[in-house]
Amino acid sequence: MADLTLIEAINLALASEMRRDPSMVVLGEDIGRNGGVFRATLGLLDEFGADRVIDTPLAETLVAAMAIGLSTQGIRAVAEIQFSGFMYPCVDQVVNHATRYRNRTRGRLSCPMVIRAPNGGGIHAPEHHSESLETTFAHMPGLRVVAPSSPARAYGLLLAAIRDPDPVIFLEPTRLYRLFKQPVDDSGEALPLDTCFIDRSGADITLVSWGAMMHDTRIAADQLADEGISAEIIDVATIKPLDLDTILESVAKTGRCVIISESARAGGWASEIAAGLAEHGLLSLFAPVMRVAGYDTPMPLAKQERVYIPDVHRILHEVRKVFELAPK
Amino acid sequence: MHDPSAATTKVASFDVFLTRYLNPDGSLSADPPAFAKDREQARAMYELMLRTRLFDKKAVALQRTGQLGTYAAVLGQEAIGVAIGHALAADDIFIPAYREYAAQFARGVPMQAILQYWGGDERGMAYPEGTPSHHDFPLSVPIATHVPHAIGVAYAIKLKQERRVVLASCGDGATSKGDWYEAISSARVWNLPIVFVVSNNGWAISMPSHRQTGAGTFAQKGLAGGLHSEQVDGNDVIATRAVLEAAVDRARNGEGPSLIEALTYRLHDHTTADDARRYRPEAEVAAAWERCPVKRYKAYLEAAGFWSADDEAALIAAGTAAAEAAAQAFVATPPQAPEAIFDHLYATLPKSMEWQREEVRNRGPISGGH
Repeated sequence: MADLTLIEAINLALASEMRRDPSMVVLGEDIGRNGGVFRATLGLLDEFGADRVIDTPLAETLVAAMAIGLSTQGIRAVAEIQFSGFMYPCVDQVVNHATRYRNRTRGRLSCPMVIRAPNGGGIHAPEHHSESLETTFAHMPGLRVVAPSSPARAYGLLLAAIRDPDPVIFLEPTRLYRLFKQPVDDSGEALPLDTCFIDRSGADITLVSWGAMMHDTRIAADQLADEGISAEIIDVATIKPLDLDTILESVAKTGRCVIISESARAGGWASEIAAGLAEHGLLSLFAPVMRVAGYDTPMPLAKQERVYIPDVHRILHEVRKVFELAPK
Repeated sequence: MHDPSAATTKVASFDVFLTRYLNPDGSLSADPPAFAKDREQARAMYELMLRTRLFDKKAVALQRTGQLGTYAAVLGQEAIGVAIGHALAADDIFIPAYREYAAQFARGVPMQAILQYWGGDERGMAYPEGTPSHHDFPLSVPIATHVPHAIGVAYAIKLKQERRVVLASCGDGATSKGDWYEAISSARVWNLPIVFVVSNNGWAISMPSHRQTGAGTFAQKGLAGGLHSEQVDGNDVIATRAVLEAAVDRARNGEGPSLIEALTYRLHDHTTADDARRYRPEAEVAAAWERCPVKRYKAYLEAAGFWSADDEAALIAAGTAAAEAAAQAFVATPPQAPEAIFDHLYATLPKSMEWQREEVRNRGPISGGH
């Protein structure tokens, strides 16, 4: 078991699965000789060759469409888009074809494919490099949207995404790529999809988050613990389909909930979770469900990105409002 | 002053070849290929073409009488589908747009399935097992977005070291879209076994072909991508089959992708929801009827001694009956269960969605619609 960064865990999962499944290919821009702009595919070209590690022309629609074509022919296609802001040219392909071939053909064709992309801000990147797209994709029927929050979960969830028989959008937390290391066992074992993880058990409040915001959520929970507040943290992990049951069970125990999301607030996935709690968990709640989310602006350029991205202070602010309304 | 240009790269000198064997009156303009001289093969092409036209007529009639949803007629363009149907081998993969019914019939799609699709039933895209169509792609309504799928499919074929060919078809309007360009631009990078067919039927709904692009032909757009690119008279089924067969052979033999622009004319409205009289002159349509592919090919067959008035009468009777039978089977098909909308969304419906399926199953009669 090696201590790995999140990006190293992604790289390990790709290599491990390519060894196990000879039908798997990776494709994308600069993923071959260059190893990907974040080095997620480092070493794959040398080990698996240019036929299976496909450097594509600079054409994101093509990358998505090619993954669709490959996957319909029994090739496990794992595509990389360099930055989430460049995924929009893929949207037509994903929503009109990848998610629909199975349905349109009554099961005759299907698209077992993954599109991976870094997601979210915080690395001082240029414009269009820091968007959070989970809500955009989560609204598309027939899709899975997965967002890991640690090296070990990145490894296990990526294996699960690749082996899944349906299309998966795999959004990797850019600012966690190299933020910390964690022991990752190259066991070849996938983690379950469609399931939230209890990241930390607690009794007084449920903090729900995913992806990069899990890091700030964990720090916020540490501070709350110092104040004598026991926070339960839920890592949503699979954004869509949403495992609301695990969140409801937690809220039934704590009676309080704050949802933390980097993507824009209005109509965001935090709102979807809050609506689920309003429908099915209202009677367990001592206080309103609060959302901490990106503002309803575009992701600002780098100098202002920290204004937009929820931070520990904003999380604690909402938590305190909850405890003012419903003291422990 | 000296000339600052360091070099000249000649980039825009090319000829776009147009193949034709049959003049509009059906007389030969060149010695045709062997298949056109073979009585059985020559007749089979005509039978598929006329059966498609009779089906098309029935489908429009069904729509006009409220028994079918919006339908995209193929009137005037039947020869291209016939040629595709004959040029592809059973194992090849066809990625159609939405007017190539003749090719789909040739590959085993039942007429009833096409009616089911336009009638609003996904089962019309299931395509029967044991036929070539079973591994083909379904009709694709969004313009050009299906064309780059050919890149992935053909790459998979290469990866598996199979000798199969992918044929992706679209209309002239589709060549204006980025999706199409991304496919055309990349196909030669991997020397993929693909034939791209552009049916230039003169109109993208209300926009005439010459307003889609400043390029003189649609075929020449393929030259920039390094594709073998040429035009063919798409209303000459002999020429279209010959050109497509050559392109399929090249693809199968590792000689790379081709772009074939087939010149034709959409004699019908864009769909049954369109009224082409709003934007195109009747005289143009009347002139186009003189180039009708069915009439032209029939004249050839008659002159070759392959076709008689009795043959014609028998085929019209059989083709009309087949279209009628398809229509009856379509109309008589019981609807899918309401909860079938969940059946093929995912390989397995996620647990979190099961309640939605249960709700549909248990909600009783569904109101609205027609």
